[in-house]
Amino acid sequence: MNLLRVSGSPHVHTDNSVKKIMYGVVYAMVPAIMVSVYFFGLDAVRVIVLSVVACMLVEFLIQKYVLKTTITIWDGSAMITGILLAFNVPSNLPWWIIMIGAIVSIGVAKMSFGGLGKNMFNPALVGRVFLLISFPVQMTSWPIPVPIGGTALTDAITGPTPLGIMKEGLAAGKTVQDIMPDIPNYVQNLMTGFQGGSLGEVSAIALILGAIYMLIRKIITWHTPGAYIGSVVIFSGILWLVDPSQYVDPLFHLVTGGMMLGVFYMATDMVSSPMSAKGQLIFGAGAGILTILIRVFGAYPEGVSFAILIMNGFVPLIDRAFKPVRFGEMVKG
Amino acid sequence: MNDVLIYSIASLGAIGIAASVILYFVAQKFKVIEDPRIDEVEQALPAANCGGCGFAGCRAFAEALVKQGDEKANLDGLNCPVGGNETMAIAAKILSLEVEEQDPLIAVVRCNGSHANSPKKVNYEGAGSCAFAHNLFSGEGGCAYGCLGLGDCVKSCNFDAIHMDPESGLPVVNDKCVACGACVDACPRDIIELRPKGKKDRRIYVCCVNKEKGGPAKKNCDVACIGCGKCVKVCPFDAITMENNLAYIDPIKCRLCRKCVPECPTGAIHELNFPIPKVKDAVKPNQPEVKDVKKIEKPEGDKKLVAEEKVHDSEEKTKPGNSEENSSKSSN
Amino acid sequence: MLKTFKLGGVHPAENKLTVDKSISVLPIPKIASIPFSQHLGAPAKVLVNRGDEVKVGQLIAKGEAFISANIHSSVSGKVQKIDNVVDTSGFRRPAVVIAVEGDEWAEGIDRSETINKEISLSQKEIIQKINEMGVVGLGGATFPSHVKLMVPEGKKAEVLIINGVECEPYLTSDHRLMLEKGEEMLVGVQILKIALGVNKAMIGIENNKPDAIKHLSELASQFEGIEVYGLKVKYPQGAEKQLIKALINREVPSGKLPIEVGAVVNNAGTAYAVYQAIQKNKPLIERVVTITGKSVKDPGNFMVRIGTPISELIEAAGGLPEDTGKVIGGGPMMGKALNSLEVPVVKGTSGILIMPDEEAGREEVLHCIRCGKCTHVCPMGLEPYLLEKVVMAEDWERTEKEKVMDCIECGSCHYTCPANRPLLDYIRLGKNKMGQIMRNRAKK
Repeated sequence: MNLLRVSGSPHVHTDNSVKKIMYGVVYAMVPAIMVSVYFFGLDAVRVIVLSVVACMLVEFLIQKYVLKTTITIWDGSAMITGILLAFNVPSNLPWWIIMIGAIVSIGVAKMSFGGLGKNMFNPALVGRVFLLISFPVQMTSWPIPVPIGGTALTDAITGPTPLGIMKEGLAAGKTVQDIMPDIPNYVQNLMTGFQGGSLGEVSAIALILGAIYMLIRKIITWHTPGAYIGSVVIFSGILWLVDPSQYVDPLFHLVTGGMMLGVFYMATDMVSSPMSAKGQLIFGAGAGILTILIRVFGAYPEGVSFAILIMNGFVPLIDRAFKPVRFGEMVKG
Repeated sequence: MNDVLIYSIASLGAIGIAASVILYFVAQKFKVIEDPRIDEVEQALPAANCGGCGFAGCRAFAEALVKQGDEKANLDGLNCPVGGNETMAIAAKILSLEVEEQDPLIAVVRCNGSHANSPKKVNYEGAGSCAFAHNLFSGEGGCAYGCLGLGDCVKSCNFDAIHMDPESGLPVVNDKCVACGACVDACPRDIIELRPKGKKDRRIYVCCVNKEKGGPAKKNCDVACIGCGKCVKVCPFDAITMENNLAYIDPIKCRLCRKCVPECPTGAIHELNFPIPKVKDAVKPNQPEVKDVKKIEKPEGDKKLVAEEKVHDSEEKTKPGNSEENSSKSSN
Repeated sequence: MLKTFKLGGVHPAENKLTVDKSISVLPIPKIASIPFSQHLGAPAKVLVNRGDEVKVGQLIAKGEAFISANIHSSVSGKVQKIDNVVDTSGFRRPAVVIAVEGDEWAEGIDRSETINKEISLSQKEIIQKINEMGVVGLGGATFPSHVKLMVPEGKKAEVLIINGVECEPYLTSDHRLMLEKGEEMLVGVQILKIALGVNKAMIGIENNKPDAIKHLSELASQFEGIEVYGLKVKYPQGAEKQLIKALINREVPSGKLPIEVGAVVNNAGTAYAVYQAIQKNKPLIERVVTITGKSVKDPGNFMVRIGTPISELIEAAGGLPEDTGKVIGGGPMMGKALNSLEVPVVKGTSGILIMPDEEAGREEVLHCIRCGKCTHVCPMGLEPYLLEKVVMAEDWERTEKEKVMDCIECGSCHYTCPANRPLLDYIRLGKNKMGQIMRNRAKK
């Protein structure tokens, strides 16, 4: 017979684990992967596989030879970073830029802080922003999606994203109504993903499908995405009501660019978001306002990644300031 | 163009001068007059800030030294265990005082309930913290007084002087110990005691803190003190007291005659660093009972004594990693 | 909408394997070891000596301190020795060891099954009698009942809450008791109402026991001022503060007792023990214990004399399974892992859970991934991850500020942590250290 075990209570444990959570996120991204392959073809497969392998390899090398700790590349977190990084780049990106992105994501943003659970910023976003600043040309020449068996929207090989078209148009002094015809098949195509942009961010529908899966599995809570979307709608809605000729309507903001990807997959990253429900609401709302600020008033057409990274930096403060509601605070309810 | 240059130099210079004047007056106003000897004494201290002296850090201790030196003209009761007598002599010199030499101390682990002596009866899982396990249960070996082996003492040590021996599951103190007392405070079971280092590092102590009666104590651990009192009877110096079924050797009264060591039926009394082959050297002239002492060479079934010595000899070989491995294992 | 508490909570697999097993009486053991400290507070002072003859129900140790309880012999026989035995705390503690001879009861104890509904004693007499009979809270905390019933000056009890929640997985002792001894229990509730001077009692039962809710609701209509409420299944609803919140929607402030909001909570088992003490003159010498576990051959609910070694209980359930990894006194969420099978059943033992080895072990501890699940499930609104961190860093000031003392040790955080961090271990350590610090402060 075995020796009896002695430990403090509780003696039972949920069957949830870090690994299950991480792979849950990976499964949630499958629809978006499929859509990206549909629109961008083999290039999408190439970028995703390369990015995932590179991220896991970098993590392996660092854990094995630099930190000399246990190898945890199969816990799924490096895989998520790899997929998210691939989602955030155009499908025609050269392989060596993807490698650099992986090294920055995993090496700088994750492992230098001590690995999973200790990084302050979302690794994939750090990689993406690093690439965006270092290789602006390659990172912003988005290929026009060509559905398998379908035809492209224009004859050009690459083109700007709807957000880019909008930004340039407004800068040139046109009104929103003037520009709108340049953005093809507005709601319908934007929702399904028939738009120029990075790999994974094009299809709002696929991303929302994955998000619903994560919500059901309780991998994410509604707080961060809810507050994020809410603040985007309210803030951009106010601007739109003030002057519809200069400011786009909220729905446009929601379905274009990396909004859905950022809201459901990157702002909700457990490691770099606040712990309490209250904190998550603040975090989401802050990121939403920053996104619109950057999109409308900033130099870049897209602001999701910057907004989330900036809010990541505030997380320790948010955690300190916004404690959960303690039991007994409402005396005699 | 020149105008700009002149104006900027002049204005910046003016600001600089104004600021320096303000600074000067502020510095005068808030000047803290401090005894320069405090700095000197602090310089002499080891700067380990370990708290072994009972003060918050070396600075606080230096202040206390100067204060007591001025008020009472002695340094009684103040001692830096890390620096030892040398440091205290320097500090005393700075204050133009005399200081009594004190025996250097060392931490002594008074438990020998290794895996072999006190076999595991249950498996502990959970936080790698003795303080927690102490409240949870009596211990893997069943002894409610013995070492829990989770290494709170190791974590508390700032001097890399105490490590877990993975084989026995007990902490081992090495020569780096400065007797700061951190491990004594950290141990929830009060197993570690600061005892005089002794001449040539020779020490005799009861390696057990079990206060239970003989039967239950022995049931859990082969080398427990069973409170039989034989050592008390044999001690010529009244150095051994028996309280709550536990013998205690007063290090001040003990003259290291080693009569008690072979007397102990469980081998709970440990002697350290006595040269085994040259038995006669260690015996003082007023204890002619060589016969008894000879027994030490082969203490009855007491492998531990030899093992302990071995460990002591090879302490330098004990890698610091051992303790970490041990604690991380236990936290799983 | 069923009532429940608001903050946090988890829902572990219920595994109530013994729900259909009616309570059977366990044979009297050959040797009973009755510890002096079976309750919260000071140990009782022993009254018997080695060699004394004792009868069932005879007072063998007297609780002299304010928070303490009397202890009666649960068997008849000869006092073999007064010695330390390993008890549920995991330590050797003083106990009376009695060699059993026959089953001779002390005089004045009514052992008949007839239900006596007439309550003839006054408030003061009831409390006095409960004290004499050594009744303690049988939910697990074993707080002496008479102390709980003495409402401090300046406070007023408004409602009596009876805890029939039994939110711990596996355990069914209260459930069976409510089904089989429901009427006696309700008389006990009436007695407790008189003792407290309230005219309203609420019985909270979780919705996974519809038979008990139905049975007690029917019975309660015969009594005045007793209402039965079904509650949504959520752990830790059986915790005092959570139950009050669920039933009367009041929150007991931090560091205060339930009487602060006018409520007094007693366990269903306690109500039955009170009935026995007052109406039958029978001290607390036996209780219902669930013996259960997935690989236990014949799990069941037993009426067990206090002091019976759990090995006999395990024998009655078909013996210790081969694959046993852990034996737990109590439920899986808050129970204590036992380090010996000779531990006696004490007043607070509501169950013995035998876990197979593959389920009993703890998994590898990983880094916190900051998922925040611990914060979301904490019923007290604490941040377990943070408490673990500050306790590890020995930052006691911060530990106190983060309200470590509010923790009810329900284990929800530890249960839910995907990284398997021993959160509650460290929080307990922190509570312990804080307790010491606060006691030292009080001394000054």
